[in-house]
Amino acid sequence: MPETTVQSMTIAQAINSGYHCAMEADDKIVLLGEDVAEPIGGVFKTTKDLSTKFGTDRVRATPIAEGAIAGSAVGLALGGYRAVAEVMFFDFTTHVMDQILNHAAKFRYMTGGATPTPVLVTTVVGSSHFGAQHAQSVESWFMHTPGINVCFPSTPADAKGLLMTCLESPDPSLLIQHSGLLYSIKEEVPVGPHRVPLGKAKTVRTGDDVTIVSYGPAVRIAMAAAESLAQDGIEADVIDLRSLVPLDFPAVFESVERTGRCVITHEATQFAGPGAEIAARITEDLFSELQGPVLRVGGLFTPQPFAKTLNRHPTSERVVAKVKQLF
Amino acid sequence: MTDTTLTDRPPRLDVEALERMYSLMLGTALADQRAAAESKAGRLMAAFYPVRGMEAVCAALGETMRTGDKMVSTYRNLGDALAKRMPLRSIIAELYGKAEGCSRGRGGPMHLQDQDVNFTATTGIVGSGMQIAAGLGMAEQLSGDGNAVVVTFGDGATSIGAFHEGMGFVALWKLPVVIVCQNNQWGEHTSIKEYTAAPELAQRAASYGMRAEKVDGFDPMACVAALETALARARAGEGPTFLEFEHYRLTGHTGTADFSYVPKDELAAAMERDPAPTFRKWLLANGHLSEGQIAEVETRVRAELEDAFQFAQNGTDPVQADIYEGVFENDEFARSVDGA
Repeated sequence: MPETTVQSMTIAQAINSGYHCAMEADDKIVLLGEDVAEPIGGVFKTTKDLSTKFGTDRVRATPIAEGAIAGSAVGLALGGYRAVAEVMFFDFTTHVMDQILNHAAKFRYMTGGATPTPVLVTTVVGSSHFGAQHAQSVESWFMHTPGINVCFPSTPADAKGLLMTCLESPDPSLLIQHSGLLYSIKEEVPVGPHRVPLGKAKTVRTGDDVTIVSYGPAVRIAMAAAESLAQDGIEADVIDLRSLVPLDFPAVFESVERTGRCVITHEATQFAGPGAEIAARITEDLFSELQGPVLRVGGLFTPQPFAKTLNRHPTSERVVAKVKQLF
Repeated sequence: MTDTTLTDRPPRLDVEALERMYSLMLGTALADQRAAAESKAGRLMAAFYPVRGMEAVCAALGETMRTGDKMVSTYRNLGDALAKRMPLRSIIAELYGKAEGCSRGRGGPMHLQDQDVNFTATTGIVGSGMQIAAGLGMAEQLSGDGNAVVVTFGDGATSIGAFHEGMGFVALWKLPVVIVCQNNQWGEHTSIKEYTAAPELAQRAASYGMRAEKVDGFDPMACVAALETALARARAGEGPTFLEFEHYRLTGHTGTADFSYVPKDELAAAMERDPAPTFRKWLLANGHLSEGQIAEVETRVRAELEDAFQFAQNGTDPVQADIYEGVFENDEFARSVDGA
């Protein structure tokens, strides 16, 4: 298949396509997770047909045991394989913390480089109608631990590209998907292998008046805010970070140097969230270029409420209001 | 299998008790059905987990637990909540995320609770209830109040580390905990035959050093007998019991999920023992209740359900200004973090 062949895919399909490509190319890849094998093919259908094609030795539907999913992924990595540990909801990564943060993320360093542990943890966030224990965006927990890549794609092509890059990375990675984006957007994605480099942001809209930095589901919020601001004559640069560790500070700095203003938006809790680090770094490096403080629109300091009338997440209105504070 | 296989009524269960048991089984099944219909019609945006198949165990819990006994349940909790005599209105209002709900619309149906009746905690995290029950068991043991703790969970939860750690605590300190394993044969979308090499869960539990028993979970009176013994032992300080109630999940994992992967013959055999209709036949065949009495119960259950759904649909939506309420005891703590 020529690399230029493309097909319209959702994020769920693009992730599935990424697994197919990667597992065809590398027979050391093993996938572990609840309900990942046929006939279910993953509760989000991202692992559809993989067990049929690659066998249940390589695509294992596990017991409900995230700790062992993660721990055996670490063991597989040490044994020369490359395991994907699928954790159904981001909240359930509480069960994998020991193996991923105490072991996978540190094994390379604490053995003087002798035991790199390239596992990939994949998970889904965003199902707010499940309530407070099935909808937490906890990427900061992982970002705070040195040694693991953290990616959060917002488009089908980036989802496939980052998945395949993570599967070839020499280090552990976390790939976060958002349930609200899995099936709602389609775009042309290469059918064959496709890679997006780690730590490379993407400018999804250009403007010289303000920089809006976001990732994951907040990119749509940022874009809606930018369109609204344009009607008032404010042109925004919108940056989709795509990966949070490593984080593309040069792209952010280039933009903010040009616009002099920056608002960061994400669904993760604002307090001690990813935006806090980005804002601090901008302030440290570009203080004299700034027309005003770097502002943030993140998740409110509450658990995910169940009632639909309570919203802790950013809205485009909140982003617009923050941007206007800078003018 | 027919209703004639069901165990006889223990002498202490009077007509009212049998009526309550039938009400709970029927009410749970109808509420599941109604919630699924409301979801499919787009009037209800909630993930909920049907109880179908477990109704007999829940009805038996209702007749054997006392108000003082504490319960820890899961997201598949409607039958447990009714067994603890939670008001149906506050349950359904929570399903709709209304301020009148038991958790004021903040938790949703995964997180029912009612401290007035010691429906102490529910968790959306598989297996975590076991450890909480160990702590509640310690509290009961320390206070000497003579109450028991009941923890319920599905067979799927027996795979996770939290379960095993909790089992160790409960057995080691002979805590007054009755461990109710609802073995409906499915862990999410995977059959018990596919996810464990040791599917005899009661046998496994015995190896932790606690009394363990396997019970026909489709037989209401067998459930009552097993729970009575286990609860009496717990209250008397004689230690924990693991009860594996064997039955079958009669729906998908969630209320609206496809379950075409469930083998047709297994499901058909299990449907033959569908708790509410089977119990109804048994009540009639054994002369415990007349057709007239049963019709009265059914009318009342349907009316209560209709009332609860109406109450919920007419309920109050929480307002955004109150979003910080309850993060900490002092709402200002969370507000101050956001500068709100």
